[in-house]
Amino acid sequence: MSIRIGKASEARTFTEAARDSLENSQLRHNIRHATHVIRDKRGKIVGEMPDWEQLRDAGSAIKAHVMRNLDLYLEQFEANVIKAGGHVHWAGDADEARTIIRELIEQHGGKEVIKVKTMTSEEIELNPELMAHGIAPYETDLAELIIQLGEGQSSHFVVPALHINHLQIQQIFKQKMPLEEMGLSDLGEKPTELAEAARRYLREKFLRVKIGVSGANFAVAETGSLVIVESEGNGRMCLTLPDVLITVVGIEKVVPTFQDLEVYFSMLARSATGERMSPYTSIWTGVDPKDGPKEFHVVLLDNGRTRVLEDEEGRQALHCIRCAACLNACPVYGRTGGHAYGAVYAGPIGAILMPQLQGMEHSQSLPYASSLCGACYEACPQKINIPEVLIHLRSQIVQEKQSHLGGKLSGENLAMQLMRKVFQSETMLRTAHKMARLGQGPFVDRNVITHVPGMKAWTETRDLRAIPKQSFRDWWKQREKEKKGGRP
Amino acid sequence: MLVSLFVGCYNDLLFPGTGQAVVKVLERLGHTVEFRSAQTCCGQMHYNTGYTREAQPLMRRFVEVFRDVETVCAPSSPCVAMVREHFPKMAREMDDAKLLAEVEALVPRVFEFTEFLVKKLGVEDVGAYYPHRVTYHPACHSARGLHLGDIPYRLLNKVHSIKLIDLPESEECCGFGGTFSIKNADTSNAMLADKVRSILDTRAEVCVATDNSCLMHIFGALHRERTGVRTAHIAEVLASTEGEPFA
Repeated sequence: MSIRIGKASEARTFTEAARDSLENSQLRHNIRHATHVIRDKRGKIVGEMPDWEQLRDAGSAIKAHVMRNLDLYLEQFEANVIKAGGHVHWAGDADEARTIIRELIEQHGGKEVIKVKTMTSEEIELNPELMAHGIAPYETDLAELIIQLGEGQSSHFVVPALHINHLQIQQIFKQKMPLEEMGLSDLGEKPTELAEAARRYLREKFLRVKIGVSGANFAVAETGSLVIVESEGNGRMCLTLPDVLITVVGIEKVVPTFQDLEVYFSMLARSATGERMSPYTSIWTGVDPKDGPKEFHVVLLDNGRTRVLEDEEGRQALHCIRCAACLNACPVYGRTGGHAYGAVYAGPIGAILMPQLQGMEHSQSLPYASSLCGACYEACPQKINIPEVLIHLRSQIVQEKQSHLGGKLSGENLAMQLMRKVFQSETMLRTAHKMARLGQGPFVDRNVITHVPGMKAWTETRDLRAIPKQSFRDWWKQREKEKKGGRP
Repeated sequence: MLVSLFVGCYNDLLFPGTGQAVVKVLERLGHTVEFRSAQTCCGQMHYNTGYTREAQPLMRRFVEVFRDVETVCAPSSPCVAMVREHFPKMAREMDDAKLLAEVEALVPRVFEFTEFLVKKLGVEDVGAYYPHRVTYHPACHSARGLHLGDIPYRLLNKVHSIKLIDLPESEECCGFGGTFSIKNADTSNAMLADKVRSILDTRAEVCVATDNSCLMHIFGALHRERTGVRTAHIAEVLASTEGEPFA
């Protein structure tokens, strides 16, 4: 079994990739604007909820319970899907999931599918697989459509085209849509005009294509129901109009009872888009001969999740309901955007999820892509202690590095070991103070250091205050001495 | 009250004036301050960078130095957050029941300087005089780590002749984050640039915070760009009086 999460294994480090994003003025502007708009809306709407903290506790408790009993709830879910006339498939990794879905489409002679925005599909790289086998996948979420037509990359898992502004969208639509065939002579830049073009472009596909592919926000064990929460209504179309519906869902999305949804429905839209409720919440259970798809398949995806489950501290990453509040709150994401993370799941949650899902050999730079400011933890409706898990993962990375000679001899490790030693002895600390004061000598100018070898990463852009002549402990010692000596 | 000062390793070496200011304020309020010279570092830098095992002996030392004191006061919220949030967890992971018991007994007696003044001593007006235009940056560990809320503002508002200006987007991180500022220097600088812009927008003379770690970072850019804005730890502002300006 090989766990692959999108193209993470080929990605550059965060530090390298961030440089490109930071220099892209338009990207910086777009991301700042969009994250701040959502952040402000979220703040207002969450502020209306007097029981927000209790909801967070409840959401977190339900998920913690599910993680301890995941096997039971998944089997219950499976039995109830089958009872309702659906089919259940188990996929250990991305390859298995892609093959299952492609073969199901091929069995029905499908050459096209309509898709609801689904992160699991991104994770298993479904679209390239389908295209390689002559099947056209049509993204129907407006932002995913923009990304697909523009041949770009999603930068945010709730608002994938967050880094693109309306003028850029206008250009993509003009180049890629058959505007005349759609009955449009020209395309303006107004959001309403762009939405109208997307509506005409998609409507025809909704009515024609017979197979739908979706993800799911929740899977209810008690009833075998699946849930999608969305804003545009494209999801409702994809879930109801096709003859065949295939849903791929991560195994961590299961909740025990229908009533548990109440907690998540109170938090998801508020956290994700700053709305009290999403315009469309679709819940379906198996098939019904009178309405909707005649055939329903659900693919339960592991792809590294059971491995994350093994780590009692790290597993809280699986509590995520993908609202992306942490991305919008994060000062790092707010500067670099999602592409720098080289990951399907970007931002703070991605930084703890990706290295765990794929194993620590990939995405090792991600746990360091944080100043540990805590804004993500504060924003998370599931109360996932992201900073704590980041530190936990950093500790795993450090211990892995220390297990071989190269890591042991790295500058960072040597410095850390030296400082640990120094801090274990008052005498050594005093000596270290003296040496630091002596060592800075040649670099001090008017009490400031502007350049010092080995510290370029700091001094390239920031000055350093010079170390003062007397440390606090020396000042205190002198003061005590003067007191005893009776001097003023 | 006898107050044991934990000054913090970086304040000890780089910002001795902050420790001196704490001593001055507490003594002015009639308390006795002690400084146990065996103290070194709480281990936060090691811990946050992933050197968990290396942080363990430093925690042990901290506990040994302070276990018998009535109250520890530290002018540094990252250190206090380390003690409160991480010491109990570390002790549990070390499977040392005696250490855990000592940690749990010590944690409620460790205070950040401003919360010590307001919550423990019930003082807001410490008799300070600071005739300057000031903006306050709520450090991440004080705002989100220790939930200090309006405590620092309450103290600053009572300072005589101070002109306190609200910092726009005040709770945004300045981009320091310890080793983050080195490992991801470019992103850190992008965050710092926005913080500096917010500070300049206030037209303040002085940027004040509860933590010198952030201030060291913010100073780095304010000074490099010759903005003329200086930085001061809140203890230094509170220590200043009409006769004896401190910072």
